[in-house]
Amino acid sequence: MTDATLAQGGSGKSKGFALPAINSSAIVMTLYLVFLLLPIYWLVNMSLKTNTEILGAFSLWPRNLTFDNYRVILTDPSWYMGYVNSLIYVVQNTVISISVALPAAYAFSRYNFMGDKHLFFWLLSNRMAPPAVFALPFFQLYSSIGLFDTHIAVALAHCLFNVPLAVWILEGFMRGVPREIDETAYIDGYSFPRFFVKIFMPLIASGIGVAAFFCFMFSWVELLLSRTLTSVDAKPIAATMTRTVSASGLDWGVLAAAGVLTIIPGALVIYFVRNYIAKGFALGRV
Amino acid sequence: MEKTTNHKAWFLVLPVLFLVAFSAVIPLMTVVNYSIQDTFGNNKFFWAGLEWFSETLASERIHDALGRQILFSAIILAIEVPLGIFIALNMPKKGIWASVCLILMALPLLIPFNVVGTIWQIFGRVDIGLLGHTLEKIGIDYNYTSDAVDAWITVVVMDVWHWTSLVALLSYAGLQSIPEAYYQAAKIDQASRWSVFRFIELPKMQGVLLIAILLRFMDSFMIYTEPFVVTGGGPGNSTTFLSIDLVKMAIGQFDLGPAAAFSIIYFLVILLVSWVFYTVMTNLDKRERV
Repeated sequence: MTDATLAQGGSGKSKGFALPAINSSAIVMTLYLVFLLLPIYWLVNMSLKTNTEILGAFSLWPRNLTFDNYRVILTDPSWYMGYVNSLIYVVQNTVISISVALPAAYAFSRYNFMGDKHLFFWLLSNRMAPPAVFALPFFQLYSSIGLFDTHIAVALAHCLFNVPLAVWILEGFMRGVPREIDETAYIDGYSFPRFFVKIFMPLIASGIGVAAFFCFMFSWVELLLSRTLTSVDAKPIAATMTRTVSASGLDWGVLAAAGVLTIIPGALVIYFVRNYIAKGFALGRV
Repeated sequence: MEKTTNHKAWFLVLPVLFLVAFSAVIPLMTVVNYSIQDTFGNNKFFWAGLEWFSETLASERIHDALGRQILFSAIILAIEVPLGIFIALNMPKKGIWASVCLILMALPLLIPFNVVGTIWQIFGRVDIGLLGHTLEKIGIDYNYTSDAVDAWITVVVMDVWHWTSLVALLSYAGLQSIPEAYYQAAKIDQASRWSVFRFIELPKMQGVLLIAILLRFMDSFMIYTEPFVVTGGGPGNSTTFLSIDLVKMAIGQFDLGPAAAFSIIYFLVILLVSWVFYTVMTNLDKRERV
């Protein structure tokens, strides 16, 4: 059936029809991408200028190219430790979220059990909770159990929105794996844990990757909770930036360089999940 | 897929349950606790009943913040959803350019919220920012730190910059799932571009669009960091949204009782709207699978 229709649709006539359409699309996309990239370009541009140049002559590209701003950040522990701290709690959070979400997502995707629908919505409702509501109680909770200003405190706090998200995404991916695979494995004598790790997890590897990416992302971009829960030892880079703005006021070059450096990890991981981003945002439901 | 009933599945959910109970229920109980008590300091609390709730519900300051919040969410949804669909329709379908577009479009989504704020703070400044400087050169009087309208425009444009790609990516994924045969059928019927969109593409995007709207509604309703970095809630109170007001009240002024009552009402509003979305979404899911 498809052969006949394809031959008709793919004839030369449709090509002549499609050409102008591609051109107008290209214009729209170019305009949109310029709109997206211009502010980022401006940040990069500023990070490569000296402060006198930033505040003095207005120029579209750096006249005296300098990497001093980056040198300041990469040689000063109070700056680069911010990146290390952020990475530590982001990785901790991703590992915790994925490992508790895997069995739960499996349960939701395979079984009906008492209260499952309510539980699912309750989980989702935590993704909707405004972090501002939780900032103060978290501060008190983690202070009282002696976890204030540790990486694990931030990692646990971010579980508030990352665990529900991970469950949702993984459930969507697991739904796509046919039940017969589970049953065949049991008949072959696999125990549940062995089946899960040896057979099931490789099957949803892309789902795990996407869920990990989203946990990484939302933990990486969040500021309010991570700033509230830390003071010195675990202070994230985002908080380091805000304090520098208020303290020295006008060190625009270093501020811009720090901003550029926070974009890089995200840009790197996007490349690996580019084909799954939409599926992840749709919580596995495309 | 048929699911079997098995109550032992609860054991698989237990780890999540404990973790989320620890990070959500305990803090939420603290909030409830504060919302019905009053204190004169020294950690001595006494019963205040529903006083804080009635105060919050009658407070003009919170009414104003809520009004601004609803206006903001409405504006950004009205811009981002149509724009996102439009961008998705114009994206290349496959090949290297599709990948390039996907990667570049996802870039703003992965920038930490306060860096997004910083980018726009710099970009809009009249002395050192490209946008502000250009507008000034053209002769437009633009200053987001002193003019309320300019501040609003800046915050809205920033959010459009930050999140339109999300709507576009989701719509794009929806479009990709439409089989080629549908378009061919439309061509045989000589359907116009508009009816292809209205009767083929839009219904197929319905599910993902609902998720996009749900996510954008929730996140715009909780927005804190970006406008805070750019405008600090000002000039005056003109861009003080609910979260900014709440943090000001709870951590700035340490008015625990009112802030807690405010938190609970705030949470309930979001929960109610999201529940409506969720119900519609799951019903849609069911209809599609039948």
